[in-house]
Amino acid sequence: MTQRPKQIHLAAHFPGVNSTTVWSDPASGSHIDFSSFASLARTAERGLFDFFFLAEGLRLREHKGRIHDLDVVGRPESLTVLSALAAVTERLGLAGTVNATFNEPFELARRFAALDHLSAGRAAWNVVTTSDAFTGENFRRGGYLDRADRYTRAAEFLTTARELWDSWTPDGRPQPFAHHGRHFSVEGEFTAPRSPQGHPVVIQAGDSPEGREFAASAADVIFTRHGTPEAGRAFYADVKGRLAKYGRSADDLKIMPGVTFVLGDTAAEAQEKATEIRRKQVSPQNAILALEQVWGVDLSAYDPDGPLPDIDPDPDSELVQGRVKIGDPFAVAAKWRALSEAKGLSIRQTVIETTARQSFIGTPDRVAADLTEFVRTDAADGFILVPHLTPGGLDDFVDRVVPLLQERGAYRTAYEGTTLRSHLGLREPVWKG
Amino acid sequence: MPSLHLAVAIDRPDTHDAAPYLESALLAEHGALDFVTLHDSFARPGPDALAVAARIAPRTARIGLVPTVTTTHTEPFHVQAAVATLDWVSHGRAGWALDVSATEAEARLFGRRRAAPREELWQEAGDVAEAAALLWDSWEDDAEIRDVATGRFIDRDKLHYADFAGRTFSVRGPSIVPRPPQGHPVRVVDATAPQARETAARYADVALVRAASAERADAARAELRGLAARYGRDPHTLLVFAALDVDLGGGEHAAEPGHGGGPLPTAEGPAYRGGPVDLAELIADWHRAGAVDGFHLTPAEPRRDLERLVNGTVALLQHRGLFRTFYPGSTLREHLGLARPVNRYAALTGESA
Ligand SMILES: Cc1cc2nc3c(=O)[nH]c(=O)nc-3n(C[C@H](O)[C@H](O)[C@H](O)COP(=O)(O)O)c2cc1C
Repeated sequence: MTQRPKQIHLAAHFPGVNSTTVWSDPASGSHIDFSSFASLARTAERGLFDFFFLAEGLRLREHKGRIHDLDVVGRPESLTVLSALAAVTERLGLAGTVNATFNEPFELARRFAALDHLSAGRAAWNVVTTSDAFTGENFRRGGYLDRADRYTRAAEFLTTARELWDSWTPDGRPQPFAHHGRHFSVEGEFTAPRSPQGHPVVIQAGDSPEGREFAASAADVIFTRHGTPEAGRAFYADVKGRLAKYGRSADDLKIMPGVTFVLGDTAAEAQEKATEIRRKQVSPQNAILALEQVWGVDLSAYDPDGPLPDIDPDPDSELVQGRVKIGDPFAVAAKWRALSEAKGLSIRQTVIETTARQSFIGTPDRVAADLTEFVRTDAADGFILVPHLTPGGLDDFVDRVVPLLQERGAYRTAYEGTTLRSHLGLREPVWKG
Repeated sequence: MPSLHLAVAIDRPDTHDAAPYLESALLAEHGALDFVTLHDSFARPGPDALAVAARIAPRTARIGLVPTVTTTHTEPFHVQAAVATLDWVSHGRAGWALDVSATEAEARLFGRRRAAPREELWQEAGDVAEAAALLWDSWEDDAEIRDVATGRFIDRDKLHYADFAGRTFSVRGPSIVPRPPQGHPVRVVDATAPQARETAARYADVALVRAASAERADAARAELRGLAARYGRDPHTLLVFAALDVDLGGGEHAAEPGHGGGPLPTAEGPAYRGGPVDLAELIADWHRAGAVDGFHLTPAEPRRDLERLVNGTVALLQHRGLFRTFYPGSTLREHLGLARPVNRYAALTGESA
């Protein structure tokens, strides 16, 4: 008997505030109305996905000191949307991104416990650490933490949350808790009994060594950006290699890159669609903006269909706020110039070439084969699919690719359990009351 | 006679599952009640009220959903976003019962600051209400434009920085959540405690008062409306509900002779004990006297009393034509006869134009 291939995990990223979402497409619906969330979640559940995922941003992004107006802006608050989605789905995991810097353990542990209770065991928390004074202006602490402190706070935050989730006995009696540490000094009694999953599933998204270490020590899932097989395998080996020192095994942490896909009836059709989507993602205005993010100077006078500027980037620029910095601007600018010269590309074409690249393009058969291979070769345990349309962007995938993954024996044909932990094959955490 | 409003508490202190809350909300909706409340506190066991409200929103259609969310120890930016989101997921049926967390025990759960006097906490609650309103208005209703020609998703001139600086916090804005369907979700404040009265008069759409007689309720309403007027509000936009604990017992009429006539004062406030018919009588009397705009009733025995309330008291009031039998509108503001607030930034732009 042949062995069952490694099983693929799938999750759905609600397409909202990012540069992937093509809002100009007539098929693009509201990013705010509950019907959009319900519709995408139901599709994901029809496709037997592990979970539905919401990102978070706590301040509207700015560009040149003004609110960025080219991509989708605005989103409802995640935990409230997920609680409502628990009413219209039955098995699908419900994952919310919530910052550990601008929240407090008691309140957040309580909110996630509530989501786990109200969804009968389907809650997940993506612990992010992004912190800057820019975002801090919306919060009491107002705070800025540098990277190392962000992760020590996040780790202690999670430890404290777990102490709270464990503070009721399994037979439902509250016990007093106390946590006195560097970042938090809290004590009292938690308000909620142990939730159906024991602890909601914990996801981590972050790439630095500190981030990887945090994930290896404490997370159940990592959300990564490593969407190519080579980068995926290197990341996978690195992170799984960190588990043993925490007494954990490779199965205890699932690695799931965020990826995009484009399907067509033929390879050529898929390629054509992919090109069209990229042109919509990188409008002429977005091309200039992408360039300004690298150069850090006002380039609004440049023609997006003309050549790249020959001026130098400004490394100290504060032109861009609320976005992850791109890296060394001189190196990026040099790379873009070289590419543009070698291929004779305009500004917009260069930006299209260097950003917004789709991960999986082809016929449903091709995409199913590529995804299976990606997972089989340990470049990932599964994928967080980022569709480019709201809310119908997963329809084709669920209708056309999922059955092929099932035929290959690489994907479930029914949910086996009811909790998110059971979908992910994760153990229930041991009670440490 | 102005229309009568009715609201009920659907708290089940020991339940963390959605089903019993949903059952109660559907029953209240069956009676065409204005809204249900869900109390919340960090001080004792119980589920997150706003999460419960969101969980039952898609399974109900018309009933207003009013969870308690404390303004102490929480982040105003998160609170306003969550309440606005409840309004989005319920299609305009969200309310927010503002409350404060005054105990040292609650302060220790957060470990950020000591407990403060109620006076200060209610001032802060007022600041939070003010900041929330600014953030709800920080998106004009038509800010999303999707203008393909210029490549712009939003008109950034229709987004505004709140730049609120209060005594204990400041918020820059704009909100991350676009303006909710009701413009401002309905704010409810229990104005029984004297420290809460200013904040209620200034910011509440519905104020609750615990009064043992129609005369006292009337006096409390007059005081609140007087204060509201001093804050420049049209006092009639502040509805005042009498809050009563009700124990509808077993029989049709008063459990004890002479008890059905009015609520008795208890340590927790006025409590009504008697039958559903007598309660209908009391409600009709107070309403006829023009003492209150409505009632907020807290059943002593959640399942039994809510059932008797809706099928007995409310049915009787409907039969007498004193209470609606169906919802003429769909949002909580419409049930309450309150207008959708004008966006203050849009109003400013309008003036300067
Ligand atoms: C795939 C991925 C998704 C992320 N999503 C969010 C998000 O939704 N909200 C947020 O505030 N930060 C998000 N982050 C930022 C991370 O939490 C983290 O702050 C950032 O990556 C910097 O940490 P690092 O240096 O460890 O990578 C994301 C990061 C990654 C890699």
